[in-house]
Amino acid sequence: MLCDLCNKNQATVHLTEIIDNQVTELHLCEECARKKSIEMEQQFGLADLLAGLAEFGKGLEEKETVKLKCPNCQLSYEDFKKIGRLGCSECYNTFKRYLVSLLKRIHGSTRHLGKAPVKLTARKFSKKSELEELRHKLQKAIEAEEFEEAARIRDQIRELEKKQNKE
Amino acid sequence: MKLDDLIHHTSEWLKGTGPYSDIVISSRIRLARNLANIPFPHRLNRKQAQEVLELVKLAIQKVDYLKNCLFIELHQLDSLDKQFLIERHLMSYEHARSDNYKGLVLDTTEVISIMVNEEDHLRLQVMQSGFNLFEAWNIINRIDDLLSEHLDFAFYPEWGYLTSCPTNTGTGLRGSVMLHLPALVMSRQINRILAAIAKLSFTTRGLYGEGTEASGNFFQVSNQVSLGHNEEEVISNINALIKQVIEQEEQTRQNLLTNQRAMLEDKIWRSFGILKNAFIISSQETIDLLSMVRLGVDLKIIKGIDRSVINELFLITQPAHLQKIENKRLSTQERDLKRAEIIRNRLQDVK
Ligand SMILES: [Zn+2]
Ligand SMILES: [Zn+2]
Repeated sequence: MLCDLCNKNQATVHLTEIIDNQVTELHLCEECARKKSIEMEQQFGLADLLAGLAEFGKGLEEKETVKLKCPNCQLSYEDFKKIGRLGCSECYNTFKRYLVSLLKRIHGSTRHLGKAPVKLTARKFSKKSELEELRHKLQKAIEAEEFEEAARIRDQIRELEKKQNKE
Repeated sequence: MKLDDLIHHTSEWLKGTGPYSDIVISSRIRLARNLANIPFPHRLNRKQAQEVLELVKLAIQKVDYLKNCLFIELHQLDSLDKQFLIERHLMSYEHARSDNYKGLVLDTTEVISIMVNEEDHLRLQVMQSGFNLFEAWNIINRIDDLLSEHLDFAFYPEWGYLTSCPTNTGTGLRGSVMLHLPALVMSRQINRILAAIAKLSFTTRGLYGEGTEASGNFFQVSNQVSLGHNEEEVISNINALIKQVIEQEEQTRQNLLTNQRAMLEDKIWRSFGILKNAFIISSQETIDLLSMVRLGVDLKIIKGIDRSVINELFLITQPAHLQKIENKRLSTQERDLKRAEIIRNRLQDVK
């Protein structure tokens, strides 16, 4: 028996599919069967994600979601709902409000606790030492009873800490 | 190194060594990475896609650790080469689907592979033989660090690495372990185990990853979640789960040896007999029978043959490998003949 899809190779895999309540027999070769199983998985995976996306748009004003478009890659919210893929890193910023609930659904968390690129880590370290330097200065200012200066440094420290916590 | 050289040596991860290599075939970690502000591969125009390819190529040249790697542009490969690389687990089906501005970086030992412009700009992968996720992590973590000195990876401190599909956002890490579980399948306990794995938000797949069905007695278990845990935690969680599965398989093997030894030996030696004598054999039958022979070797029922020989037979009896060895296109029928011949030759001296 030849493969139903390619009509070239010997059919070795026999599938029963139910489409619109019709039972269809499919006789496939090894290669076509493999392709078919990939296809099915992808359809299934996408449908799953889209079920999540429907919820993801809930509570949004129609107009607002239709208007949303990534300024960097032009991906619209509608496109994203259709393909289940983001278009670029900036999309994460554009759709941030709506991504939070999606990420929560997928991962059960919205907080990255893993590593960071070396360049960013290096910057963070230099900021830390900046902070340490300021703290050191503050200590000195207090010791020298220069309270106005100390207050100024304290504000600087608070500012820097706020910035770092945001990151 | 040229691509065709690969056929003459065994992939590092097939050596059949490493912890628990009687049950765990290989361990693999992949990291998804993207370049900041450049659209993800599915939204790239030609110029941008070419640019990504060039940027990555340049970065790899600057990293000493990767200097012996082969940089392949996919349009240089014919469909047989691509199938060959998929069979060696160096590339995905998804990557092979089209070859527009796609790249593949390979190291000579086949431990490292990097797909460029697959679903994400970069998909780094490191493979190890046996149960060895942490070693794989150490290697890939280093490569990732080195590359990040030369490439601007898309990253938000809050959400981690930004990926094309939100299911990979965060660490972008997927750890996978390929398990050989013949005893659990034979004793019909496997479905219970797979169900338990799924409940813990891990996935099970077949030999060739995403979208492939579990083939015979082989199962690939991976994590699903990439946000909310750091990399070491994720790997530790997989390890803990895999250890339990290994224990169950080991126990079941011992039970079979004690209580159903005749049945077990019969299955193993029949499989061996067919492989040693067949003149026509399909790849599915080969996988099923080799699986039993491997069990026989692991349980020391079959002696005088090394695990690595069985592993190699798994690899080289696949369609593209057979055609590479013969250096010509073979029909399914011709492959079934050639496959049987190679196996007969290889098992000739084993008693
Ligand atoms: Zn076919
Ligand atoms: Zn975008």
